[in-house]
Amino acid sequence: MLELKTVSKRIGEATHIDSVSMTMEPGSLNVLLGPTLSGKTSLMRLMAGLDRPTDGEVWVDGVNVTGLPVQKRDVAMVYQQFINYPAMTVYDNIASPMRIAKKRKAEIDNTVERVATLLQLKPYLKRLPLELSGGQQQRTALARALAKNAKLVLLDEPLANLDYKLREELRAELPRIFTQSGAVFVYATAEPEEALLLGGRTATLHEGRVTQFDDTVRLYRSPADLVTARTFSDPPLNVIGAVKQGDQFRAAGLALRVPDKFKNLFDGPYTIAFRPHHLSLASEASDNTISLQISVTEITGSESFLHATIGGEDWVVLEHGVHDPAPGTTVNVAPKLDQMLVFDRLGEAITPSTLQRAA
Amino acid sequence: MTDVPAGSAMAQADAASRTVPATRTRPQKPLRLKWLVPTLYIIFLMLPIYWLVNMSFKTTNEILSGISFYPANFTTDSYVEILTNPVWYWGYINSITYVVLNTILSVCVALPAAYAFSRYRFLGDKHLFFWLLTNRMAPPAVFALPFLQLYSSVGLFDTPFAVALAHCLFNIPLAVWILEGFMSGVPKEIDETAYIDGYSFPKFFVKIFMPLIASGIGVTMFFCFMFSWVEMLLAKTLTSVQAQPIAGVMTRTASSSGYELGLLAAAGVLTIIPGAIVIYFVRNYIAKGFALGRV
Repeated sequence: MLELKTVSKRIGEATHIDSVSMTMEPGSLNVLLGPTLSGKTSLMRLMAGLDRPTDGEVWVDGVNVTGLPVQKRDVAMVYQQFINYPAMTVYDNIASPMRIAKKRKAEIDNTVERVATLLQLKPYLKRLPLELSGGQQQRTALARALAKNAKLVLLDEPLANLDYKLREELRAELPRIFTQSGAVFVYATAEPEEALLLGGRTATLHEGRVTQFDDTVRLYRSPADLVTARTFSDPPLNVIGAVKQGDQFRAAGLALRVPDKFKNLFDGPYTIAFRPHHLSLASEASDNTISLQISVTEITGSESFLHATIGGEDWVVLEHGVHDPAPGTTVNVAPKLDQMLVFDRLGEAITPSTLQRAA
Repeated sequence: MTDVPAGSAMAQADAASRTVPATRTRPQKPLRLKWLVPTLYIIFLMLPIYWLVNMSFKTTNEILSGISFYPANFTTDSYVEILTNPVWYWGYINSITYVVLNTILSVCVALPAAYAFSRYRFLGDKHLFFWLLTNRMAPPAVFALPFLQLYSSVGLFDTPFAVALAHCLFNIPLAVWILEGFMSGVPKEIDETAYIDGYSFPKFFVKIFMPLIASGIGVTMFFCFMFSWVEMLLAKTLTSVQAQPIAGVMTRTASSSGYELGLLAAAGVLTIIPGAIVIYFVRNYIAKGFALGRV
């Protein structure tokens, strides 16, 4: 079990990690989700013991390990860049942590064999890492982490530099391989989609703070605040400030019926948000549609991203199939009202349960 | 924009390739003189060395009697003299002793220093790093007198250690600069991965890190070797009889019984050889070394 107790990391004036507290169980898969510079790598380095926290404590299995050198911790880590020992063969690379731990030769041989089979590296054991493709190099790094059989496994965007097909394969394999070993498994990613595919629990990071740490699907469905919702949305969340008046949310160019679950909400200013795929093109304007002026359209083939501006906010509509309205044209968009996310002025999410509690 | 433009580009490429033979049919004026510049370059480059080798196989009388492009009376007497006379061959042994000592010393001291400069940030690190290089800017003559006095008083005068230590003044800064460049080319994550794997610092440094910068260490040793091998002023000042370097022996012999030019030329040839051998081994890395490892 890994516990972070109000851990902070400051370098000079800059705060990299701001009072993070988390508890992670053995055999669990924990995703750190956040954009670049949100503190994913900094947090991982604190977990590993590569850096010492400025404040707070790190506990492993009920023992305070704050300040314990990384050699004495039971940790494995894989970086986004393919980091191997270039002067050693793939076999020696995988075997190196076990050699340091003074394991017996037969045991090392067995483990390397098993791990290499698992990661499809067997034909390359005698080669040097730089003679392999990027995917094979990263699999060598993963194999070394796996062979160490550590209690804490940290993967820092391990698939970001791989090609699409390999990423799909490894993404499905990795959680299964590592959680089987009973390790605390931490996976950092900048892609919300990847977090959802991995499952487990997700912690969303924003400017060095963990904004929420919860079951991944629950976190996606009901983010606790606006920052979390924005972090866990790709393409970006469509947000607009609106005033609730009776049974309508009103804003410039927008008047939407208040969904049943928010009926008891007091009138006043709120922030409402829709995920891009909860908006769809409507053939004509009617009640509860929003008219948007298109600025750019991106077409991937099976999907179209329609970019527009409303009330000073950039919005994206994700629509299936190819749609190509000319820039400047106005389209009508029908939101799925029951999927609406509502936040108060402080950015805290309002859900039926918070409404009940207030009432 | 998928199929159509690509297809037309291919058609254009086809058309272009069909026109190529037409342009080729025009006879080109062959450039008959393109061998000239490289040949002249090599002649000018090799002439002094050839002249030295040429002289080394002549007798001193023939050298003084006028110009001749090859030895009329081929003789290896000069080489025999050098390789049998202890005054001569001890010159070489002394030189090689202090050069090797200095190279080992410089690299051993520079390795940890360069690692610190490449991996850690500390107060004044950049200034200290630059200050190291300024040591190379002072002429050796400036340091000859203080070194002579210091080494005489501690009993190091006229030993290979004196010269080896004195040459560290120039070679350690250079070695730190070259090694720092090579070390900074190794990602810091490799260090961290090794620590995570459980390597202690010394074990990591020797087993993981040094093989990665092996070419850098080789180039550094080469530069230390060369600077120490060609440096004469400090080497001559800090020795008298026991540890006299080959350069010292050469100047003394020249002034003893007139000019023994054949002997000097043979000594010169033998002095070039170690450098040539060392250059051969690091020939692929020298350019990177001159750029202080920063390519």
